[in-house]
Amino acid sequence: MEAVFLTFVFVLAIFLGFELISKVPSTLHTPLMSGSNAISGITLIGALASVKTDSLGFAAFLGTLAVVFATINVVGGYAVTNRMLEMFKKKDQGENK
Amino acid sequence: MNLGVLGINFAYVGSAALFIFGLKMLSSPATARKGNLLSALGMLLAIVVTLLSHGLDYRWIIIGMCIGGGIGLFAAYKVEMTSMPEMVALFNGFGGISSLLLAWGEFHQHPEMSVFLAAVAFLSAFIGGMTFTGSMVAFGKLSGKISQQAVIFKGQHLINGAILVAALAAALIFSLTPASWVGYLFFVVIVLVALGFGVTSTIPIGGADMPVVISLLNSYSGLAACAAGFVISNNILIVAGALVGASGIILTKIMCKAMNRSLANVLFSGFGTTTAAATGGDGPQGEIRPATAEDVYYILEAADSVAFVPGYGLAVAQAQHVVRELGDLLEANDTEVSYAIHPVAGRMPGHMNVLLAEANVPYDQLVEMDDINPRMDTIDVCVVIGANDVVNPAALDDENSPIYGMPIIETHRARTVIVLKRSMNPGFAGIQNALFFGENSRMYFGDAKASIQALVAEFKGSD
Repeated sequence: MEAVFLTFVFVLAIFLGFELISKVPSTLHTPLMSGSNAISGITLIGALASVKTDSLGFAAFLGTLAVVFATINVVGGYAVTNRMLEMFKKKDQGENK
Repeated sequence: MNLGVLGINFAYVGSAALFIFGLKMLSSPATARKGNLLSALGMLLAIVVTLLSHGLDYRWIIIGMCIGGGIGLFAAYKVEMTSMPEMVALFNGFGGISSLLLAWGEFHQHPEMSVFLAAVAFLSAFIGGMTFTGSMVAFGKLSGKISQQAVIFKGQHLINGAILVAALAAALIFSLTPASWVGYLFFVVIVLVALGFGVTSTIPIGGADMPVVISLLNSYSGLAACAAGFVISNNILIVAGALVGASGIILTKIMCKAMNRSLANVLFSGFGTTTAAATGGDGPQGEIRPATAEDVYYILEAADSVAFVPGYGLAVAQAQHVVRELGDLLEANDTEVSYAIHPVAGRMPGHMNVLLAEANVPYDQLVEMDDINPRMDTIDVCVVIGANDVVNPAALDDENSPIYGMPIIETHRARTVIVLKRSMNPGFAGIQNALFFGENSRMYFGDAKASIQALVAEFKGSD
């Protein structure tokens, strides 16, 4: 039953994603990509939860490695997106920098 | 479900809402930055509440997060805007591998999986693995560490097909007996096959098709996260992964449409190697009209409207800042300046927009292909900078051309076209460009940055 419930969530989220993303203008496609990329680092949540005190050797190693990679993805992704979006300015804001 | 776990799950609902709002705000450049911060806040919330759960081994977590965070921040602030495509590819790959590792770790700790769980664990590991190596290949190609050419070998499709069949077979055996040593063995096989498949499926794709590949890998990384969410029954992974998966699919579709090719064609055809051989030598010929910096200056000086059409060459030459300077000088001269951007110009979706934004070009001056084409006849001068196939009129009128049917920026309809180019070498697709021989075309040879600097100097000298 849980599988059905999870699949429900999955399907609805896919449709929501289609709706949201089709409204993004092509000017913002690169930030969209790096921003959504950062969101896909959500595996970090799972990775964190898998590093338990009772997990032994190899499992702890896999979990920690997953944490490292996912953190790079999340932190790097959001930071670089923010850096890009900072640069997008309208005409009258253009000279402020 | 005790109170703590319930609280954590409600907090996840909050983060999902923040992700959704964040993506929604990305639909306008004015709110986009705030949107990204909201999304980051959602992520932070999810991380913090996860850390509150019981029984976590904080030593490893802190070490892992410090290393990852340090590398991520360092890379994000050090990267050049022109190198953004490879950076995104790299981050993307890391997302993929973490899904693989997560699935592996979960399987290692709880090998007694139901068939459903085993199947999603397979998906998570397989998609994650191929995302990782695929992204690494894309990174290598984009950063020039490996050849940008499509690498084709005999029986490529056969080998890729065989790999997929092998993966599915291994998945079947693994799903039926995950808890035995056979199951474990086959899980490792799946991981290796996935890593190999990422390489063999990405290597045949050439440089100019990278926008499609990056979008697709982006989608994969989301779907891998999603599958990992099924493995650990975590809704936030499923929701966030699905959002990213959907976004990648849409971008892939847009990119394919902008090249008038099907996804299958991009993935399997090895475009650029076969066509170059087929059409090499012939194609449009004619007289070209070279121009000097002074000639171009007089043309631009007399123009009422100028549209710049940038391509990958702009990124290679790092010419975005001088282009902006030239644009400013033209505006000071009462010329209407715009920047016409083809959806697949550059190496990733929106690549040109980011470069021009870096050079402080206001985003309201950036015009999309569909907006500029109808009024192309009224534009005095089009300046094509390092773009080739996206302005090739053969796409409109030559049915034999490999790019026939691809929408282009119709610069040949402008009163004058100035093409900045290093030499007469054909572009990525290996097709000669009739634009260069047009009556209204002038070729301005040289490095894009040096050429534009020369123009800027002409303008300043005349004051």
